[in-house]
Amino acid sequence: MSGSPILSVRDVQVSFPVGGLTTRSAILGVAGVSFDVHRGETFALVGESGSGKTTLARAINGLQHVSDGSITFDGERIDVLGKSGMKQIRRRMSMMFQDPVGSLSPRMTVGDLVTEPFRIHGTEGRNLRDEANRLLTLVGLPADFASRYPHQLSGGQARRVGVARAIALNPSLIIADEPTAGLDVSVQGEVLNLLNELRERLGLAMVIITHNLHVVHHVADRMAVMYLGRFVETGETEAVFAAPRHPYTAALLSANPEPDPDRAHDRITLPAEVPSLLSRPLGCEFHTRCPWAQSICTTAQPPSGNVACHFPLEPGARPPSKKVPS
Amino acid sequence: MRSVRRLLREPLGVFGLALVLLVIFGAIFADLLTSWDPTRINPRDRFLGPSTDHLLGTDQLGRDLFARVLHGGRIALYVALVSTAISLAIGIVLGLIAGYGPRWLDNLLILLFDAMKSFPTVMLALALVTITGPSLTAVIVVVILVNVPGYARIVRTQTIAIKTSEFVTAAQSMGASTTRILRVHIMPNVIGPLVILASMDIPVVIAIEAGMSFLGLGVRPPTPSWGSILNDGFGQIRETPWIAIAGGLPIIITTLGFTFLGETLRDVFDPRLKGR
Amino acid sequence: MSTLSISGLNVYFSTEDGPLHALKDVGFDVPERRIVGIVGESGCGKSTLINAILGLLADNGDIRSGEIVFEGMRDLTKLSARGMQDLRGLRISTVFQDPMGALNPVLSVGRQMTNIQYRSGQSHSEKVARAIEMLKLVRIPDAENALARYPHQFSGGMKQRIAIAMALMMEPALLIADEPTTALDATLEVTTIELLKDLQEKIGCSVLFISHHLGVIAELCDDVVVMYAGEVVERGTVRDVFQRPSHPYTRRLLECDPARQTQRTRVLPTIPGEIPDLRARPAGCVFAARCLDRHDGCDQHQPERSVSGGHAVRCNLVGSRQTQGEQA
Repeated sequence: MSGSPILSVRDVQVSFPVGGLTTRSAILGVAGVSFDVHRGETFALVGESGSGKTTLARAINGLQHVSDGSITFDGERIDVLGKSGMKQIRRRMSMMFQDPVGSLSPRMTVGDLVTEPFRIHGTEGRNLRDEANRLLTLVGLPADFASRYPHQLSGGQARRVGVARAIALNPSLIIADEPTAGLDVSVQGEVLNLLNELRERLGLAMVIITHNLHVVHHVADRMAVMYLGRFVETGETEAVFAAPRHPYTAALLSANPEPDPDRAHDRITLPAEVPSLLSRPLGCEFHTRCPWAQSICTTAQPPSGNVACHFPLEPGARPPSKKVPS
Repeated sequence: MRSVRRLLREPLGVFGLALVLLVIFGAIFADLLTSWDPTRINPRDRFLGPSTDHLLGTDQLGRDLFARVLHGGRIALYVALVSTAISLAIGIVLGLIAGYGPRWLDNLLILLFDAMKSFPTVMLALALVTITGPSLTAVIVVVILVNVPGYARIVRTQTIAIKTSEFVTAAQSMGASTTRILRVHIMPNVIGPLVILASMDIPVVIAIEAGMSFLGLGVRPPTPSWGSILNDGFGQIRETPWIAIAGGLPIIITTLGFTFLGETLRDVFDPRLKGR
Repeated sequence: MSTLSISGLNVYFSTEDGPLHALKDVGFDVPERRIVGIVGESGCGKSTLINAILGLLADNGDIRSGEIVFEGMRDLTKLSARGMQDLRGLRISTVFQDPMGALNPVLSVGRQMTNIQYRSGQSHSEKVARAIEMLKLVRIPDAENALARYPHQFSGGMKQRIAIAMALMMEPALLIADEPTTALDATLEVTTIELLKDLQEKIGCSVLFISHHLGVIAELCDDVVVMYAGEVVERGTVRDVFQRPSHPYTRRLLECDPARQTQRTRVLPTIPGEIPDLRARPAGCVFAARCLDRHDGCDQHQPERSVSGGHAVRCNLVGSRQTQGEQA
């Protein structure tokens, strides 16, 4: 983890225009986030729907216009690059999308799908058939899968095809949006094991976007928890899991319990719903749902840093009093 | 193939296929099936009823109607295939551009499609023929002008639906060019239903050709066309009904054949549309 | 008496490549006032089972044998389409993964909530009062005004709660909930489950709850049915099944749940292999091909064996030797 980071995100904002001709305004999908990802490291962006995690991932990949801040990849600033400049970057940075089957072109064979990156970026004398075999073997699929179509694959197999395509050009960074979404638990493990193995073997850096904290636990070295387009907590994965310091992180962790009926589930129930991006709460943006919120939280912005909270939690903290969700 | 097997299990589809094959067979082997010249005038043999010599009888100029029907089938199929193929090609390109391109271009093309569509076919044909004179090309141009807006609109709608799907975003994230995305990722997904639709349009095209030839706006005499045969028999339909029958029957057979085949194909390829 | 009692249910689908045996000898009870969870991975037959209960099997589906007895008297497999229609929505109601399946986007919530009471014989104002009461029960803020709003004006969590309110409005005897929290965020999932449990107690109905999420099942359900490739491989109380899993599949499934791995690990447990082709079912145990404890006896037909009262397993290892791999 030495040397310059492979990816460096600084104060990135992504805004979307809303409203009609007369009432035009913008909402911030990503409201200023910064983080670094080093070579060989896995960084996880965790958040629920509307947290801006997918928007951030798309911004890094150049699929989304960055309205403020900078993104530096391998020493080169990429948020300002044009189409052809970005095409060169895409050789070294690949992205995997949520839907295992839906992210594969339905009328293409698996062989064509995994070798698509070569067709886009030039084959350089490679034999595409051999490449397809090599890639399929690498992700643990039999070579005769090359002639299948996406709809003939199970979710796990389709996900492996997506992984094979993502590593085709030997990238230095893979961005994986919900790599386990829509997969059965027994298959989720397979996919995560594969990603871990490939990362070690190929020395990849990875950014994993997920709402599933358990995925993060076993895969990521460092993580950031997003809420309304901002990081509320960042840190080493093990430290965050051992003792979450932001109330939202703690609530997320408690929301996915061990399947044991006798275990007392000390769930932290969050009252109310996620506020709209159109009307962000004042002060700490989490205060509307925070069981620990005090008066200062409704007026003053929390301190910036690894934990964006006025009153970071002590290990094992319980909510002061159980509010009835309204 | 699975779809072929499924098609062969549908009696209506088999019937349609048989009719279509019959028409194609007749058109291809017209010269072998009859020794009569479809354009040769025989004043002595005028208005002969059907016989073993003249299977469908002769017309007012003594021409063999069976030969004229077979050769008329060539014209009908030629017009249908050429104009449908060109309409499809233009429709796909314009539809892809409208669906994937910038908003203003989409709006412009939609305006164009609507303008084309709002022209009644007969008016369009008359206007065109006034300029160029009646010809086969005029028929083909009319058919293209009639068909393109519909095809382009379907392709546009499909393209808009597909362009936000994850596999297209994935292609963008890999750095694929716009033409590659359109050609490799979008077009194969819109072309299937469109071709089936076009096959169901073929009877319409054949009717347009026959109609224009009937009105004297299409194929020029003495070239045989089902429309002109029908027109020849129309005047004496009470005295010599076989002429009108010779012109009308193949139109009915072809229309039924392509319609049954097209509808069955549609159901086979997309069972969700069944019974719509 | 059980609200729902399924026994010996066999469902086939005719496909181009021959008959597909989708459900084989499925049997379990949903006792009165209890929540029964069904767990299983894709292809386990959960949706076929729901459709069979609701009489909504696709045209090529066929209930070859078995009974689905509702409230101890009516066999749903023999009920006419009309009779089934009278039950659905009134005595048996459903909640699905996507709440928009239950909500009509162009009608106001209030309109929809009064419409579904058409069989109640009450006056309009009584229906409105009932709708408001239900919205309050599912904790929709400002229930009176919410009636005038349209589905898209509510968040995903609220839409699902409204769908639950509508499903329970007629106080059905049985609620079938098919992955109702899967599309929701984890923090909303918690509140939705607590709500469901509250309402079930209040109304006193039985619930058949389908989920792939083991943690949710453990928390919400009284009993659990584990399905694999269209068969019930294990069933019993949640405590029995989750603490003393006796079928190798159940054990492996529980091991795979990432929530069980409290220690960070780089290699997660998996279940290698695929479910068998249901057109050519193995004569013996369906899980045998993927099972680590496989032996000769697995090739024979597997009857359900009782582990203890109410805890039954389709595995010939039960009783013959100590099951291994028990994890704390």
